[in-house]
Amino acid sequence: MKPVFITANNIISPLGFTSEDNIIQIEKDKSGIVLQDNIGALPCYASIINDELLNSAFKQIGSPESYTKLEKMMMLSLQDTIMKTDFSISDRTALVIATTKGNIDVLNTKTSNFSPDRAYISILGEKIRNFFGFDNEPIIISNACVSGILSVAVAKRLIQNNFYDNAFIVAGDIVSEFTLSGFQSFQAISEKPCKPYSKHRNGITIGEAAAAVAITNQNNSKHSIQIIGDGSHNDANHISGPSRDGEGLFLSIQSAMEEAEIAPSNIDYISAHGTATLYNDEMETIAFNRAKLENVPLNSLKGYYGHTLGASGLLESIIGLHSMKNNMLYTSLGMDELGVSMPLNVIQKKKKAEIKVCLKTASGFGGSNTAVLFKKLTLEK
Amino acid sequence: MDALKQELKKNIIEQLNLEDFTVEDILDDDPLFGDGLGLDSIDALELIVLLDKDYGIKLTDPIEGKIVFKSIEVLANYITENRTK
Amino acid sequence: MKNNLNIVAYCSIKNHVVALNGIPLITKDHDLTFSEFSKEVYKELKMDYSKFFKMDDQCKLAILISEILFNHIKIDSKNKENIAIVLSNRSASLNTDRKYQETISNKENYYPSPAVFVYTLPNITIGEICIKHKIKGENVFFVSEAFNATLLKQYASCLFQNKKSKQILCGWIDFDDDQYQAFLYLVSEHGNRKFNQKSIKKIYNENIWMH
Repeated sequence: MKPVFITANNIISPLGFTSEDNIIQIEKDKSGIVLQDNIGALPCYASIINDELLNSAFKQIGSPESYTKLEKMMMLSLQDTIMKTDFSISDRTALVIATTKGNIDVLNTKTSNFSPDRAYISILGEKIRNFFGFDNEPIIISNACVSGILSVAVAKRLIQNNFYDNAFIVAGDIVSEFTLSGFQSFQAISEKPCKPYSKHRNGITIGEAAAAVAITNQNNSKHSIQIIGDGSHNDANHISGPSRDGEGLFLSIQSAMEEAEIAPSNIDYISAHGTATLYNDEMETIAFNRAKLENVPLNSLKGYYGHTLGASGLLESIIGLHSMKNNMLYTSLGMDELGVSMPLNVIQKKKKAEIKVCLKTASGFGGSNTAVLFKKLTLEK
Repeated sequence: MDALKQELKKNIIEQLNLEDFTVEDILDDDPLFGDGLGLDSIDALELIVLLDKDYGIKLTDPIEGKIVFKSIEVLANYITENRTK
Repeated sequence: MKNNLNIVAYCSIKNHVVALNGIPLITKDHDLTFSEFSKEVYKELKMDYSKFFKMDDQCKLAILISEILFNHIKIDSKNKENIAIVLSNRSASLNTDRKYQETISNKENYYPSPAVFVYTLPNITIGEICIKHKIKGENVFFVSEAFNATLLKQYASCLFQNKKSKQILCGWIDFDDDQYQAFLYLVSEHGNRKFNQKSIKKIYNENIWMH
C-alpha cells in the first residue's frame, strides 16, 4: 500500500483564521465559548465566528454577499490550505467535503437571504468546486459527527488505491437554531461551558468551525505526518444513545491499529471526542479501556471550540498534528475531577512530551465511530 | 380522571407511533418502559415534549421523568396535580 | 485496480414496485401514500419490528430494501457482522429536516421534537440497517447530485483491498418531497455478476427508471 501524508492545513474558528493562530490561543488555554443570546429561545453558551471578521477576511477572495456563512468559512479555510500546498489541483486531485448539516440555516426562510434549496449539500459542494476550479465532482461525506475524521480515512483510502494522487479535504458546520433546539430537545445542552470527562459535566456546548487539509502520496517535507491506519465501525445498538460497551469505537481503534501494525504502547496521545454528555464520555472510557489505552495522555478539545459537529474530527486532527510537531500535550479544557467509571489519563495541564503517534477518534448519532492513526516521520535529508 | 387516562393513551399511541397498540390494549398500570409498551429513551424525550405541549408541565430532571412515566395511572395523577393548562 | 469483486444480488424500490435482481417482486397501487405502501410491504414481508413505525420515511425505505436483500441472500451472523455499508443520496435528510424545521418555526407553538430531530441525519439509515441486522462493519454516507457509480465502486474496492471488509452493501436511498427511490446491492468475491461501473450503472438504470 502506498504511504499517504497529511500536509498543509487550516482552521477557521473563533480562535483564529489560521491553524497557527488557533494553536497560540490553545497554548494559553483560551476558549472560543461565550454566552450567546440570539441563537435559540433562551441564552446559551456557544462558540461562534464573528460575522464582521469573517466577511472582512472573505473580501480578499470573493463577494461576501454571494455566499452563506458556512460557504465563506469553508472557502477561506480551503483557500489558505491550497496556498500553503506544494502541489496544484489536477484531474488526479480529489475534493472531499465533510459536513453534518451543511447550509441548514437557509431552511428558516424568515431569517435567511438564500433560497431553501441551498440546503442541498450537493449545491454547497458545487459552490466550493466552482470557486476553486476543481476538475472532479466533489466527494461529499455526511455521516453525523464523525464526518470530519471519516473524510480523512476516505481520502487516504482512495489515494492508497491509486484512484487519486492527492486530495483537499474541507469540513465545516455552523451553529444554528436547528441544531441547538434539537440538542436541547435531547436535554443534551450544558448550562455552563462543557466539561469533558469531568465529574461535573452536564452536556455539550455547540460551536462552529471550518477546517481543511491537503493529503498526498508525495512526501516532500522534512517533517511529515503519515496516516497509518483507520477504521469506522457501527455500534449496531441505538440510533442516538452511545453504546454501553463502546463496541463500535473499540472495533474502529482495533482496525486502525491492526492496519498500522502497532501496539497500544506505541500510541503517545489520543485526541478523543469528549462531547461532555454523561453517556458519550462513559462510552469512550469503556472503549479506551477495552483497547488498553487508559494510560495514554488524552484530551477533548470541545472545551475550546464546543462541538463543531462535522468539522470537529478534522479540526481536532489538525490540532493533533500541531501537538505532534510541537511535542506538546494541550490541556483538556474544562477537566477538573475525573467523572467516568474507569481510569483515563486526561491531560489536566499542558506539558511537553515526545509525540510520535497520535490516535484521533470520534463517535456520533447513527451508531457511527471512526478512529485514525497519524505518525510523525523525520526524514534524514 | 378516566377521560384524562383515555386521552393520554390515545395521544401516546399517536405521538410515539405505537402501531401494534390500541387504547384498549394499554392497562392503567402497565409499565410504559421496559417490558410494557417497550418505549425507549427517545420516547421518553418525546413524552417530555407532550407534557409541555398539552399540559404546560416542564420536566427537566431525568430522574423525575423515570418516576412520572411509570404507568398511565402515575402519569395521569402527576398531570392532574401539576397541569397549568 | 485489480479486484475480484462481484455483485451478489441487487434490489430496488421505486413507484411502489419492489424488484429483486431486476424482477418485480411486489407491486402496489400507485394511489397509495408512501406510508400506506410501506406498511403493506412490511406486512407482505411478514416483518415483526415495531420500531419500523417510529422511523422516518427514508429509514423505512432502507429497512424494507435491506430486509428483502437479506431474505434473499443467506449469510451467517458471523459474516454478516462485518459487512460494510456504503450508502448515498442527493437530499441527505432534507425531507425530515423540513419537518423538524416546522416544529421550531412558530414561536407561539415552539416544541422541537426529539423523535423527528434524531432522523435529521442521512447516516441514520445506515444505523437502522445495522441495528436490524446486527452489522458492525465499516460505514460511510456520501451525498451527490446523482447516483455516482464510480465513487461507490472505487470505495467498495478500497474497503476490500485494505482488508476492511469482504462484503460491501452499497446503494442509493433517497426520499425527497414524497419522491423516493432506493437501490441496494451487495458485492463480494462470491457473486455471479461482474462488478464494475458499467454493470452497476446498467442495473441501476434498469431498476430505477424502467418501472
